Amino acid sequence: MSTFGRPTKAEPGPLQVRGEVLAVRRSGDYHVLVFAAPGVAELTAPGNFVAIAVGGQPTAMLLRRCFSIHHVDTAGALGGTVEIVVDAHGPGTKWLVDRAQGDALDVIAPLGRPFSLPKDPVPCVLVGGGYGSAPLFMLADRLRERGCRVDLILGAATESRLFGVVDGRRRASSLTITTDDGSLGVRGRVTDVLDGILDQHGGQVIYGCGPMGMLAGLAKVAEQRGIVSQCAVEEAMACGVGVCMTCVLPVVGKDGVTRMTRSCTEGPVFFGDQVRWDAAGTVPADCLGAPVVEGGATSR
Amino acid sequence: MSNVVDMRAQLASAALPSPVLTASGCAAAGRELDRFFDVTAIGAVVTKSIMTAPRSGRATPRMAETPAGMLNSIGLQGPGVEEFIRKDLRWLRERGARTVVSIAGGSVSEFAELANRLRHEEGIAAIEVNISCPNVESRGQVFACDARAAGSVIHAVRRHTSALTPIFAKLSPDVTDIADIARACVTAGADGLSMINTTLGMVIDTDTMRPALAGITGGLSGPAIRPMAVRCVWQVRQALPDVPILGMGGIATGLDALQFLLAGANAVSVGTAVFNDPSAPWRIHNELAAALADRGFRSVADAVGYAHREEVPS
Ligand SMILES: Cc1cc2nc3c(=O)[nH]c(=O)nc-3n(C[C@H](O)[C@H](O)[C@H](O)COP(=O)(O)OP(=O)(O)OC[C@H]3O[C@@H](n4cnc5c(N)ncnc54)[C@H](O)[C@@H]3O)c2cc1C
Ligand SMILES: Cc1cc2nc3c(=O)[nH]c(=O)nc-3n(C[C@H](O)[C@H](O)[C@H](O)COP(=O)(O)O)c2cc1C
Ligand code: FES
Repeated sequence: MSTFGRPTKAEPGPLQVRGEVLAVRRSGDYHVLVFAAPGVAELTAPGNFVAIAVGGQPTAMLLRRCFSIHHVDTAGALGGTVEIVVDAHGPGTKWLVDRAQGDALDVIAPLGRPFSLPKDPVPCVLVGGGYGSAPLFMLADRLRERGCRVDLILGAATESRLFGVVDGRRRASSLTITTDDGSLGVRGRVTDVLDGILDQHGGQVIYGCGPMGMLAGLAKVAEQRGIVSQCAVEEAMACGVGVCMTCVLPVVGKDGVTRMTRSCTEGPVFFGDQVRWDAAGTVPADCLGAPVVEGGATSR
Repeated sequence: MSNVVDMRAQLASAALPSPVLTASGCAAAGRELDRFFDVTAIGAVVTKSIMTAPRSGRATPRMAETPAGMLNSIGLQGPGVEEFIRKDLRWLRERGARTVVSIAGGSVSEFAELANRLRHEEGIAAIEVNISCPNVESRGQVFACDARAAGSVIHAVRRHTSALTPIFAKLSPDVTDIADIARACVTAGADGLSMINTTLGMVIDTDTMRPALAGITGGLSGPAIRPMAVRCVWQVRQALPDVPILGMGGIATGLDALQFLLAGANAVSVGTAVFNDPSAPWRIHNELAAALADRGFRSVADAVGYAHREEVPS
């Protein structure tokens, strides 16, 4: 089993900067938003996310919207650029993709704990569901710089909801595609092909980003094979910076105790075996401070 | 004439360098926000309500965005008072931030136990008593909605707290007459009043056709509740002209904060606005200073309750 380098120093805090939209382009069902965000690129590691204020000021939309950082460029115009992939479906995301070049954006980044990289050059399998592939390309680059083989699996309901197929071909040693409807690649789910890819290339680490069900599946495969998985989760976040406690999920600590854990600060990347996937969305009875069932000794 | 405004604020015996504080549950224990602004520069950090034992809080989803606001049903998740003292309070003390510790309990005795436990801790500028919790001994009736129950909590906390530490009762707007509850708290020994806590609301998800929150109902906060909060401060200031008030509810700008001062608040807390702008407390401090200067006020104290003045015939 591989060991991982965790950042040891206190990480430099996120920046709150005035960004500027450079481009919005379509990619399948998604939009790629490119913006200048001075100072952010240098601090960003794969798996970090941004929180962007939406709606302009004053607005009825109080809460920032969070997005995985897809790509950064330190040499870019205006002190560094950031790219995100936006699935426009609600009022906040629609507002974002309607921005024009030159529009201002209030950006906080980089946020959250990034993916940890293996210390040894072990083969890695990266799995992205829908726009969940967004952070995996930067990760693939970092892993390859360390000599890791990178096999990529992209899955989605249908072809237009895949992201990064062309990029994936260039940046990974192999690319496997699955769609639920068979419109591109293998008909089925990413978990249907995962074992085969792991067998074929000797993958030692699974990295995943996408819907909870998919992540739970990846974590299970990793557990069965005794290898490591790291999953970037997506929980509804009100603040994104660790002060509100809305973004929690049940996570087992090093001491074996389950706690409702913030995914914005302790996540969004968790080791697959830390998360109580079956209990996501609930408070498991053995969680620290869980309510005692009626009739118990105490009730608070 | 100098247009530098004296921004000091007074909450009972607690002297603060700024009238802008954080709001309980919207700033954790200050540490995360210290990355965005200097938490020692604002009036005080008001910490997330702490209970005696660790508490998991409710299941998710815990929030839903609403027009100019949000609903939350966190369920008072927290590490319990021992870990709070060991980690959070210690960090705040070492950082040099003034701290208002918010406490919550399910019974009068739990509140008393908390006050007792905090009694000898240093670095506590005031205690805010979150009485918007269900009383487990009274079929879940919320303390803050019943003058007698609210009074007994405050009485117990006052009895177990040093006379040098002011205690503030945090009122719920979900009552018929907020001045009634305010009076009961002051009679029971509250040195001041914080208002308002969130007001109960609900959202139904039209896709799942079920309540949007796992907790079904949640507390509404943000600019949506600001007029209700200003009204509460106004009514309580009228009923109790001399009692210190910490006002809050939807404050997002310096002018919002000014409304609260004019209505009678001695200082304000900034809650939900922090989620939109983590540096909001310090920004609002500066905006408020400018707004006071623009209007010719020399100090925060001069503006407190100014909207209540007699109309001068012109
Ligand atoms: C760490 C993280 C990374 C993310 N990365 C991406 C990404 O790369 N691309 C992308 O398109 N989306 C991403 N999302 C999801 C994205 O944040 C939501 O789709 C978006 O907030 C929805 O806003 P809306 O106004 O369009 O929708 P609405 O449904 O109207 O949003 C209402 C409220 O609910 C919250 N919300 C709704 N859906 C989600 C969700 N799925 N996750 C979190 N909050 C939600 C919003 O923040 C907002 O406060 C990510 C979320 C998180 C937490
Ligand atoms: C996510 C969240 C958590 C909160 N937690 C607490 C709490 O633990 N104790 C408390 O007294 N008030 C709590 N509040 C209420 C706030 O302190 C404040 O009274 C209320 O939100 C109104 O102010 P605002 O509109 O500026 O947020 C919470 C509010 C929110 C939004
Ligand atoms: S989103 Fe507020 S604590 Fe995580």
